[in-house]
Amino acid sequence: MEFSYIIEGGDFSKAGSASSEVKKILKQLNLAPEKIKKIAVAMYEAEVNIVAHAYKGVMEGKIDAEKVFLRFRDEGPGIEDVDKAMQEGFSTASEEVRQMGFGAGMGLPNIRKNSDSLKVSSEVGKGTTVEITSYINN
Amino acid sequence: MKTLILEDVVKQLELKPLSGQALLQKEVTGAYCSDLLSDVMGHSDEGQVWITLQTHKNIMAVAALKDLAAIILVKGLVPEAEVLSLSEKEGIPVLSTTLSAFEIAGRLYQLLEA
Repeated sequence: MEFSYIIEGGDFSKAGSASSEVKKILKQLNLAPEKIKKIAVAMYEAEVNIVAHAYKGVMEGKIDAEKVFLRFRDEGPGIEDVDKAMQEGFSTASEEVRQMGFGAGMGLPNIRKNSDSLKVSSEVGKGTTVEITSYINN
Repeated sequence: MKTLILEDVVKQLELKPLSGQALLQKEVTGAYCSDLLSDVMGHSDEGQVWITLQTHKNIMAVAALKDLAAIILVKGLVPEAEVLSLSEKEGIPVLSTTLSAFEIAGRLYQLLEA
């Protein structure tokens, strides 16, 4: 099955709502609870990254018998140094965002730890695409 | 660490339920104490109580995605509007204590380890 959800940049009041919808789908599909837990962490972090850094974005998902594939595409400032962004503790989040408990530099590391494959591609001034794959039977 | 019923935790720690009074029969398997949302996403576990000073509505999204048992707000902090209605909708009570995170975590730890 396929689905997509719009994610609005800067709107923290809705952060997590797309992930919450997808979590419901994963439950309906009877994925293993441990697998759902990991995917929930990964997609929430990717969703919050769009809210915190981009102007707007979309989460596109595709689920088949083998895997859950999630692609987060945004229009935003992009990431200058993806390797640096992957480092635990590195963040460019604003002070305001940090005070809310976001922007601790744990987002991308959390995605990596909770997925089987993570691909980040970015163009400065245009946007970022984050692709997350979780294999169902491992 | 043993499993407790949330209602017993509320009574013994003198917590004030701000929402979810009808949801206190659920089990508590442990607790996690942090104000960084990604830290809670990465390290808390289902059935745990989350101790925090964050009061904005994103705490409900995190608690729901992680299937946490309840949220304890420290130092008598008052949650932002919508948190309590979201709490009822997600079935995750918000509890209040006047104690600091250090003090309430210590008391909850004693209960869970006793």
